[in-house]
Amino acid sequence: MSVNESLDAARDKLLQRAAPDRTEFEDLVIVPLFAFAVALILGAVTMLATGVDLATIGRSYVALLVGSVGSVNALSETLVAAIPLVLAGLGLALGFRAGLFNIGAEGQILMGGLAAVIFGFTFSALPFVILMPLSLLAGALTGAFYAGIAGWLRAATGAHEVISTIMLNLISYRLLDYMLSLPWVQREGRADPVSRSVPDAAELPRLLEWLDPNLRLHAGVFVMLLAVAFVYWLLFRTKLGFEFRASGASPDAARYAGMHASLIIVIAMATAGALAGLAGANQVLGVLGRATPGFSAGIGFDAIAVALLGRSHPIGVLFAGLLFGALQAGGRQMQVDAGVGIDLIGIIQALVIVFIAAPLLVRAIFPWGFRNRQKGTHQ
Amino acid sequence: MQFHRTFRRLSLPLALFLAAPASAFTACQITDTGGIDDNSFNQTAWRGVLDAEDQLGVSGRYLESEAETDYEANINSLLGGACDIIFTIGFLLGDATQSAAEANPDQMFSIVDFAYDPPLPNVLGQVYATDQAAFLAGYLAAGMTQTGILGTFGGINIPPVTVFMDGFVYGAEYYNDRHGTDVTVLGWSPETREGLFTNNFESLDDGRAFAQNLYDEGADIVLPVAGPVGLGSAALANELGVDELMIIGVDADLYETDPERGHVYLTSVVKRMDATVYQVIERAMAGDFSGGVITGTLENGGVDIAPLHDFEAAVPAELMAELDEIRAGITDGSIMIGGQ
Repeated sequence: MSVNESLDAARDKLLQRAAPDRTEFEDLVIVPLFAFAVALILGAVTMLATGVDLATIGRSYVALLVGSVGSVNALSETLVAAIPLVLAGLGLALGFRAGLFNIGAEGQILMGGLAAVIFGFTFSALPFVILMPLSLLAGALTGAFYAGIAGWLRAATGAHEVISTIMLNLISYRLLDYMLSLPWVQREGRADPVSRSVPDAAELPRLLEWLDPNLRLHAGVFVMLLAVAFVYWLLFRTKLGFEFRASGASPDAARYAGMHASLIIVIAMATAGALAGLAGANQVLGVLGRATPGFSAGIGFDAIAVALLGRSHPIGVLFAGLLFGALQAGGRQMQVDAGVGIDLIGIIQALVIVFIAAPLLVRAIFPWGFRNRQKGTHQ
Repeated sequence: MQFHRTFRRLSLPLALFLAAPASAFTACQITDTGGIDDNSFNQTAWRGVLDAEDQLGVSGRYLESEAETDYEANINSLLGGACDIIFTIGFLLGDATQSAAEANPDQMFSIVDFAYDPPLPNVLGQVYATDQAAFLAGYLAAGMTQTGILGTFGGINIPPVTVFMDGFVYGAEYYNDRHGTDVTVLGWSPETREGLFTNNFESLDDGRAFAQNLYDEGADIVLPVAGPVGLGSAALANELGVDELMIIGVDADLYETDPERGHVYLTSVVKRMDATVYQVIERAMAGDFSGGVITGTLENGGVDIAPLHDFEAAVPAELMAELDEIRAGITDGSIMIGGQ
């Protein structure tokens, strides 16, 4: 073997370590793209099977596209729907990286949103520059606390976070109902559980109202982008993030390396909860202006799908959230234009997740776009 | 193969072009949670648009709200000139409708179960004196109960729901006054304004569980005021048999819309949203649309109780005669519901 050849081999090895692996790229980009394509095709098959004719199917997919990216309003709606999904999805992704399967985003959203509303209308005399950020912070802290309970239970007693977060979700529903019926929270003159409205100074301002009063895009989009950058920095540029990832990859190895496993669990859960709480605060301060029993609207569960689709990577979560937001906004248009039920969007979302979760299946269906790999070379 | 591909490429745009509706007037509707096919609230309102499609040649579109966060977004996606009139179905859409109406003063809106004070110039509210019909149902139920206990529960504690429960309780109390009986109604107190609520308009499981609880407390006739939630109660009654538990439907004649379990419905408190929606479309098409309120009452047929269907033979003739008498009394004002 010549000197040159061995140098080449060494350089290849180094390059491979430095640059993202081809397999990783395939998993991150190509698999989701194909999964989405298959989901659309199967969605069309579902429509056919339920007696929808081909023209309507064509019209509904056109509407899906138009309703998600076809106009300023469509883009605005896509972003509005994506913001809470991305925020909560980031929290879940962070948990996944640390080896925690947090099902509790729904409850954390509810508690965070409720806290943000209560803070907002209680301190309504404060000016916007103080009140709005503090209301968001109140939401984040409450979400962190609520998720921290599950983290602490896991760390202190070994209670599995899947079970405890599901239970905390159920508690949060009833707690919200109860809180919304308290005289100092409930809106005056109403007997149903609905909170007072937050003052304008606590609301995330709408960004495009000067263009058209119906555009709902609000400043939460900046919160979302900041959160993506923050989670990226936290996960990949800090010691704490390394500890999260190390505990997720191998808890035992992390412990032998001297990391405090219990503390990391609590901190990871609390950070995830803070992001979910922020998602809740974002909904009440940016979209609704008040809290009602159903305001989480299943975002906490959709966010699990977003985190999985985004491969627990902050940038991936951002794009996955945007895709789900687009499906939601486009789904509405689909119903209006083609009369196809919005339930179909749920089916497409579910199918995307099924195929994401089974990358081998996608590789089998679509042999193109994947580099042929020899047996045993992956992972 | 080549032909096939070309054909497919051509046929889609062609089909899109041909399928585009060419109707003059478009009525759009946004449902509340519970879905357009809830056999009850949303479906009845949508019926009005369907009738207008048949008889007036309008074209109808609808958009289902899956959660309260959808209201504003849904209204938003119907704005922009596609709809001549937008119907928002339900009290809970009140805030979203108001802000959309204020931002779009040229768009006609009509909302069910909400009256603005002061009225908005481009929103026509449709409200119903449902307590008048529920009063009759309460009276009928009090006359039919074997256990002397009736039950009711609601979806959410909002006026268009509790107005059913008020009428039901007052109707039963009126029966007690006339006959010296002691029929009690579980699940709602018109004085304290508190009672049983599922806090949703979706869960059939809740409908079953709440009816089961009332049945366990001795109730043999239950009035669920929660749209499709009541279907869960009807399923329970179907299993127990009508000797044990009867259901009173709401909004539509549930005997017709839920035919599989039709026999469990003693009657239904019908709220003719289909009639008022149709009426509003007629007005809008004729160009004499204006903001304000239209009210459905027993007198104008906007509310009523449904025919007894299978129970026709079981209800005594004198009870039916009393109901007719009460109906006349409510209409001419000699019977005041709740003594007001």
